[in-house]
Amino acid sequence: MTEPSADVRTSEQTEVPSVPLGQAVGAAGASVTSTAPTVAAKSIEVRDLDIYYGAFHAVRGVSMTIKPNKVTALIGSSGCGKSTFLRSLNRMHELVRGAYVDGNVELDGRDIYASGTDPVAVRRQIGMVFQQPNPFPTMSIYDNVAAGLKLNRSKLKGKELDEIVERALRGAHLWNEVKDRLDKPGSGLSGGQQQRLCIARATAVEPDVLLMDEPCSALDPIATVAIENLIAELKNRYTIAIVTHNMQQAARASDYTAFFNIDRSGDPGQLVELDDTETIFSRPANPATEAYISGRFG
Amino acid sequence: MSATTSADWAAHKVLPTWVPGAASGAGVVLGVAGVIAGLPPIVGVLIALAVVTLVLIPWSIAVEGSRRARDRMVTVAVTGAFALAVAPLISLLWTVVDRGMERFDMTLFSESMRGVVGAGGGVQHAIVGTLVITGLATLASVPVGVLAAIYLHEYGRGGKLARSISFFVDVMTGIPSIVAGLFAYALFALIFGPGIRMGVIGSVALCLLMIPIVVRSTEEMLRVVPNHLREAAYGLGVPKWLTIVKVVLPTAFAGIVTGCMLAIARVVGETAPLLITTGAVTSVNANPFGGRMENLAVFAYNQYANPGVPRDPYIARAWAAALTLLLIVMVLSLLARVVSARFGVRSR
Repeated sequence: MTEPSADVRTSEQTEVPSVPLGQAVGAAGASVTSTAPTVAAKSIEVRDLDIYYGAFHAVRGVSMTIKPNKVTALIGSSGCGKSTFLRSLNRMHELVRGAYVDGNVELDGRDIYASGTDPVAVRRQIGMVFQQPNPFPTMSIYDNVAAGLKLNRSKLKGKELDEIVERALRGAHLWNEVKDRLDKPGSGLSGGQQQRLCIARATAVEPDVLLMDEPCSALDPIATVAIENLIAELKNRYTIAIVTHNMQQAARASDYTAFFNIDRSGDPGQLVELDDTETIFSRPANPATEAYISGRFG
Repeated sequence: MSATTSADWAAHKVLPTWVPGAASGAGVVLGVAGVIAGLPPIVGVLIALAVVTLVLIPWSIAVEGSRRARDRMVTVAVTGAFALAVAPLISLLWTVVDRGMERFDMTLFSESMRGVVGAGGGVQHAIVGTLVITGLATLASVPVGVLAAIYLHEYGRGGKLARSISFFVDVMTGIPSIVAGLFAYALFALIFGPGIRMGVIGSVALCLLMIPIVVRSTEEMLRVVPNHLREAAYGLGVPKWLTIVKVVLPTAFAGIVTGCMLAIARVVGETAPLLITTGAVTSVNANPFGGRMENLAVFAYNQYANPGVPRDPYIARAWAAALTLLLIVMVLSLLARVVSARFGVRSR
């Protein structure tokens, strides 16, 4: 890693020329069993992270690595802090008054909590998809996808923006369904389409990491499969962390699985175990993990 | 088995579906007849309600039993409460239109009262004054009110400053309009000396009345914007102020426009504060800094309170001014609807 620059993004752009990006998505859009070339994404290194909401200690002592171009699933019972942990990875938890963290979160060696770091700049690099599909109701489908770009650096115009929007929509497997009604509002789409629209919106700003907070829990099984296939492709270009309540989904869609747990209600959540998804679901090291995945609690 | 079922059905008869309609029809006919015969409209409404109740309820008890009868009773009570609430409104509207039409002609809009004694003349000067004074007040209080609401809901929520502002906004909502007028007058009297009369003073007084309404309604609208939309924008790396400008405000736009409209409608007919601050004049004056200014409400008041001889043309002008005021509010409401439908949340 070279010397950290003022904008965290610039170093990445020199490493990855923009032409293969387009090809990667084009190829990914064409086939579901993606043989698309991998684009190096960034890893996240978390060390001794404690998360607090005011006096409430929500998550304690998490250390883990989220590997680049892999899908890392966070599982665990409700209230165990996995969503809070996910949100702390792009500083979204700070929207809650009085929230703060203790510890390090590094994106390719750069601490996102270093003093003087703008959380807005962090979120541009670490995008997020939410549980509830949330397209902007005042905007058309096109404007929704372009929202991140338009709202941030409005210099992009006309054809250039059209290309980015098309690329993002193709990448989210939504292009064929919406190409004839790009000017219609996004809220007119079905739930699954809306969620894919949100994924397109998140990828249009070209983040390095995509965080997904239970992206399928509001969707039907068919739409869920579509999103999971999409996730499998997206990891060619992004590092993905996904919170899920659905253990089958973790088993199907992720490369690594992290199990979070709390001792008692009101205690801080902790990372119990992180390993290959394969290992977690066949030979977990910790008895608590085994109890959870075999359905004995949670 | 089937025998008992049919017996049960036979035991649970309901009134034919035309009965409630027929009962209310009879009530309305009798009520309207009463009004035509010279009774006040409220009495007409009460007669209609009494007729509906006396016809429907005993019939219902006899055929359907007490449970359904109670249901019908409550339905009549709720509908009746609505009719009672609307009756004075319709009556007022009718009175204003009926009496206002007498002088509702072209000269009303093309002429002022300059040099007019007795019949003739118009309210052009008052229309201009109303539009200028209210427009100026709107121009000042909508930005202040909307921005204050944004601070209260998006930035200062739960903080000490926000809570105290919130409290004082609530207090301001309750200010009698005459107090606002006296305050504005006193403020300008301190600067320009006593006896000062200007349109802008009236605007300041109206501002005091409008701002709390705009703040409250805008805050309410911001509260309805779902939080997940803000999160979606933050998740894209959009700064907070841009999120508010591009996502939150457009989503709440229709409601904010409606709130501002309500505030305008609330002050456009104010009389007391304008009587003190803008005075009365008979010629057109469109300069809010150029001395006395007439407005419709004050005009109507003065025509009615200090008529000349003969009285009739003065009274007729007062009613015509009231009708004009009503129409201005209506046009503004329609305009607000068009605007919010055009720029608000798009569905489909």
